[in-house]
Amino acid sequence: MLDATLTPPRLPSAPGVGYKAQHFTELRAAPGPVKWLEIHAENYMGDGGRPHAQLRALRDDFSISVHGVGLSIGGEGRLDPDHLARLKHLVGWLDPANFSEHLAWSTHGAEFLDDLLPLPYTDATLTRVADHIDEVQEALGRRMLLENPSSYLAFAESTWSETDFLAELVRRTGCGLLLDVNNVFISATNLAYTPQSYLDAYPLSAVGEIHIGGHDEDEDDHGATLLIDSHGREAAEPVWALLDHALVGTGPAPVLVEWDNDVPDWPILRAEAERASAALAAIAAG
Amino acid sequence: MAVLQSDFRAALLDPDHPMPEGLTDGAGRPTPRRFSVYRNNVTVALIDALRAGFPVLHKLLGDQNFDQLARLFARAHPPTSPLMMHYGADLPAFLDAFKPLAHIGYLGDVARLEVAIRCAYHAADSAPIAPARLGAVPPEVLMRSRFSLAPAVRVLSSRWPILDIWRYNTVPGAPKPRGIGQSILITRSEFDPEPHAVSEAQLAWLTAVRANAPLEEAMDMATDADADFDLGPLLTLLVRHNALTDMITPKE
Repeated sequence: MLDATLTPPRLPSAPGVGYKAQHFTELRAAPGPVKWLEIHAENYMGDGGRPHAQLRALRDDFSISVHGVGLSIGGEGRLDPDHLARLKHLVGWLDPANFSEHLAWSTHGAEFLDDLLPLPYTDATLTRVADHIDEVQEALGRRMLLENPSSYLAFAESTWSETDFLAELVRRTGCGLLLDVNNVFISATNLAYTPQSYLDAYPLSAVGEIHIGGHDEDEDDHGATLLIDSHGREAAEPVWALLDHALVGTGPAPVLVEWDNDVPDWPILRAEAERASAALAAIAAG
Repeated sequence: MAVLQSDFRAALLDPDHPMPEGLTDGAGRPTPRRFSVYRNNVTVALIDALRAGFPVLHKLLGDQNFDQLARLFARAHPPTSPLMMHYGADLPAFLDAFKPLAHIGYLGDVARLEVAIRCAYHAADSAPIAPARLGAVPPEVLMRSRFSLAPAVRVLSSRWPILDIWRYNTVPGAPKPRGIGQSILITRSEFDPEPHAVSEAQLAWLTAVRANAPLEEAMDMATDADADFDLGPLLTLLVRHNALTDMITPKE
């Protein structure tokens, strides 16, 4: 269990966006309501050049959150010590307000599969994930946030609900949670439960950050709706409604707009941040 | 029954491998299309990464051929690190041995140039040498000095006109490739790597300097290739593009 006094300053309870290099100039000239940026850790693990220079410039104007996509916290194997060392180096010089990773796996043996793959929720996986979170928090000397996945299928072997699994991880490791409301909506639709019931069972008091983003719609073998986490468009209306529902439970929180594919011009992404800003203002006004 | 990640992984990259049992929809029914989402995500992510990393190769082959090549490469060579900026370093060698495209001999070396440019982009920053330092030492000391090149500097050589091909496909109005071999120096003045054609003698000089040889040895290597070698133009190029970072003079 991590010493809570090591927790760094929190992100502002304001909108943030996933940073894209093509927005560098416009974002700084006209940030609108955007107060913080999230970067994917792995994109800044080169030795230097433009990515590092941009990051050094951006940290003067924005709080930064580091979001890892390659640690494979849900992997069967041990965490990659080289990757953990790279992460420690990045978090060390950048000193971001948050570090978050996913309840998923992406590495198998020596291979990195470049996707967030699902794991069953059992006593054995709970112990393993908790050990990995402990290892990350010890290496980084700070509390991390763990993000709920978007699920396309269920494991017959699971004995825990996802919400209980996350709550137990928080209890065992002292980690915080990154609540992705788009993922909640996707998983709930795909696995046939209501997203509101998920949030009602979810440990909202552990939330240190919220994500919202867009998804695509498909169909499974039985003609059921299958939502795909694409981050390639505006967030859907029911996901915005779910954000409002979540904010009632969490109170004002940092809300990030994710848009990673078919990245739009800055004004379109900023409009999404303005919508998040309005949702936060409504909560602050009670 | 527990689904092992090794089974999951095997089915992920091989469409003929059955999906693991014990994966269901919300009502407990098996559902291959749901597993296919992960299959598709991984394949698309790797192909997209290769498209981003090899824009000229992509342009030369077109969407369909490139994606077919990328899919075969990705299945045979999944990434070995979460640093996707380095993914595809094995693609040039894969292309060299790839029979269906063997009739286009230059593809492997074009891919090598693109890998080198990408490495240069992510290489460590460095401060250039003050040009005055070069003129401040007597010629006999200079000849025994060693030069450091910027971490972003790359040198490669091909029997194909790969720089012409690269320019023809990236610079509007660039002339058609000539029927020659080309040696290339890549520099990075600030953030954007820039490839330059160099002569055989210049290549010999750069190769010697990169191997930490003193200047006189590098000059010998260069004049072996071309008796009339003049270091001036190459030195000007290196200084102008911030590629020369240090000079270590011998201790007296």
